[in-house]
Amino acid sequence: MSDEAKATGARGLVNINTELCKGCGFCIEFCPTGTLGFSEEFNSKGYHPPKAVKPEACTGCDLCGIYCPDFAIFGIPLKKKAVA
Amino acid sequence: MKADPRGVLTGAHFLDGDHACCEGAIAAGCRFVAGYPITPSTEVVERIASRFPSVGGMFIQMEDEIASSIAIQGAVWGGAKAMTVTSGPGFSLMMEHIGLAVMLETPCVFVDVQRGGPSTGLPTLPAQADMMQARWGSHGDYEIIAFSPNSPQECFDLTIRAFNMAEEYRVPVMMMMDECVGHMTEKVVIPRPEEIDITERRFTTARPGEYLPYNLDGGIVPPMAKAGDGHRFHVTGLTHDERGYPVMNADAQEKCVHRLVDKIRNNAEDIIRLEESETEDADVVVVSYGITSRVAVKAIEMAKADGIKVGHLRLISVWPFPERRIRELSARVKAFVMPELNYGQMFFELRSAAHGATRSYLVPHGGGTVHDPEVICGKIKEAASQAQSKEVLW
Amino acid sequence: MVSPTNPVNQYLRTDRMPHIWCSGCGLGTTVNCFVRAVEGCGFPLDRISVVSGIGCTGRVAGYLKLDSFHTTHGRPIPFATGLKLANPNLKVVVYSGDGDLFAIGGNHFIHAARRNMDLTIICVNNFTYGMTGGQVTPTTPIDAIASTSPYGNVEEPFNLPHLAESAGAVYVARWTTFHVRQVTKAMKEAIQKKGFSFVEIIAPCPTLYGRRNRLGDGLEMMQYYKENSVIKNGADPREVGLGFKGKITCGKFVDRERPSFLDQYNTKMTERLGSSFKPYKGVL
Repeated sequence: MSDEAKATGARGLVNINTELCKGCGFCIEFCPTGTLGFSEEFNSKGYHPPKAVKPEACTGCDLCGIYCPDFAIFGIPLKKKAVA
Repeated sequence: MKADPRGVLTGAHFLDGDHACCEGAIAAGCRFVAGYPITPSTEVVERIASRFPSVGGMFIQMEDEIASSIAIQGAVWGGAKAMTVTSGPGFSLMMEHIGLAVMLETPCVFVDVQRGGPSTGLPTLPAQADMMQARWGSHGDYEIIAFSPNSPQECFDLTIRAFNMAEEYRVPVMMMMDECVGHMTEKVVIPRPEEIDITERRFTTARPGEYLPYNLDGGIVPPMAKAGDGHRFHVTGLTHDERGYPVMNADAQEKCVHRLVDKIRNNAEDIIRLEESETEDADVVVVSYGITSRVAVKAIEMAKADGIKVGHLRLISVWPFPERRIRELSARVKAFVMPELNYGQMFFELRSAAHGATRSYLVPHGGGTVHDPEVICGKIKEAASQAQSKEVLW
Repeated sequence: MVSPTNPVNQYLRTDRMPHIWCSGCGLGTTVNCFVRAVEGCGFPLDRISVVSGIGCTGRVAGYLKLDSFHTTHGRPIPFATGLKLANPNLKVVVYSGDGDLFAIGGNHFIHAARRNMDLTIICVNNFTYGMTGGQVTPTTPIDAIASTSPYGNVEEPFNLPHLAESAGAVYVARWTTFHVRQVTKAMKEAIQKKGFSFVEIIAPCPTLYGRRNRLGDGLEMMQYYKENSVIKNGADPREVGLGFKGKITCGKFVDRERPSFLDQYNTKMTERLGSSFKPYKGVL
């Protein structure tokens, strides 16, 4: 998965636990790179969790993680690709 | 475990009950006291404030009794043996936190040096009118342990016992003194530390990560922990399960609260302390406690001089109430007489325990001074002669 | 998509998730900040104790994987006082709400501040008693609607930083849940600071305060904080009072030195009793 993400040029990877999400929208709003948007899907509680709509924009800054009131999302930086 | 010698003032002293209570606490290992001044209890904490620096204790005068009654619990969870001291109005303020101590199962001692009430009442004069409050004052279901000393010596001895019972059963224990016993100066003998038995707190032996705060480990009293030992436990005043987590349903309530009640009820016989004299073939048994018991002794002497067969049952522990002993006695005595410095409190327990098998006669007194022994003697005579008469209970 | 474990999980009682707080409630955000503050504060986690009172904020204690105590309404501060004095090696944090700490708990707050008891007080201020359905509290602004002030609050609210500063707190800061980095830093500084430290965090209660006052949902309230906060480090606490739908002055307002209760106690007792007095370091 990390390789896929790296292939897009993303510097970070966001991880979402859709079942914990309560659809508040903080992560989407406060992501500085516009990585996130609401998913069309519902979780079992009836909320729309986020999804990475622009995964290549993720820097792994984890602002989503710190804002999330439900501990349902976090971002991790990916290691830089070695320069050939 | 024996008392720490640094806290024991071995020797014969001339102390009042309040001061003796302080020494009892120190001998028992109490090293944290939070209190608020209130007559006639203030001398206890004044002496604590004076003695603690040299025995490594911490006394803090809190902003009110509500703060005092919970500060001691924080200290207990930090590893201390702790006590607070008050009188009627402060005791009323402490009620919520007595319930918290019950629910968290925090071992600690509450001293109530009773005075005339209700409300501001008679601050400098004795009464015994908080006795029911000691048992029922907080909301919800629980059982309590309470002692009633009748001398400064007992203020010393029973305070130690109070601390020991608190640790044994993980409950708050009430020391129900009164202004008379508290301010009366008598000889108090403080034994050598090796003669004083101290019950140590039973801490968990579980490894960090494995401790469950209310895991019974086969008994009825769970082993305790203290903050900072790596157990990362959570405790709450909400109804909880063995993990200490709140669980909000009837099943959890039954499991959690029933045991709190059973802790005391199932062990009542080990907790109860009584002093009996000449009850074996008595016609009338005087049941008394605290300062009133000393007047009762005189009254009994007077009644016996008139040929009445009178015995004396003194309650040293008042809660749990010695229901079984009363029931036994009620099978063969003609009447109970209970003098109390109130208008009827422990009397209702007595009457209920006698269960109709015998009559119970109350000798009430609003407090402010002690009973006149003649009045008690008069009631003993009435009880002896009217034992077969119509139902008149007071 | 299988997610790897959230790194904050090690600080949480994950067996109790999801928590009871509403969608858009700011409490979980403050907990995220707290966990990060604690990570970086330099104290071993085993030595950090959290004490809370009753209310939505009071539930924080139950979700943190630290020694934690969910006590009675208004009384976490005296409990924390006893805990800290029994074992001064503990770092004791009180985590509670505006009603719990300043209505029923007000007296305990000012005395602990006066004594400069070495405690960290984290107050999540959502201007309401959320758990019980949204009643008015001593911080509710004038004109705000609450279930017990259905025609609008008439009482002047407390200015919490001013109250804390006047009572003697040595560290006073206010941020909102929008200011996650600053909240984390303030919590860390408050924890590390010796003495009575106070951090007020303004947080949304969308279900009650927000809804009744037509402030929108949690996100809209967060956007409001973003748009209407004014950062003024070192501001005079007397001037940072909050109005209804007004500006929110944030910042670190007080950071000063004064002997903590225990330091003062030991210093003075040594002065008075001489070498026969052994400085108090805890009961054990």
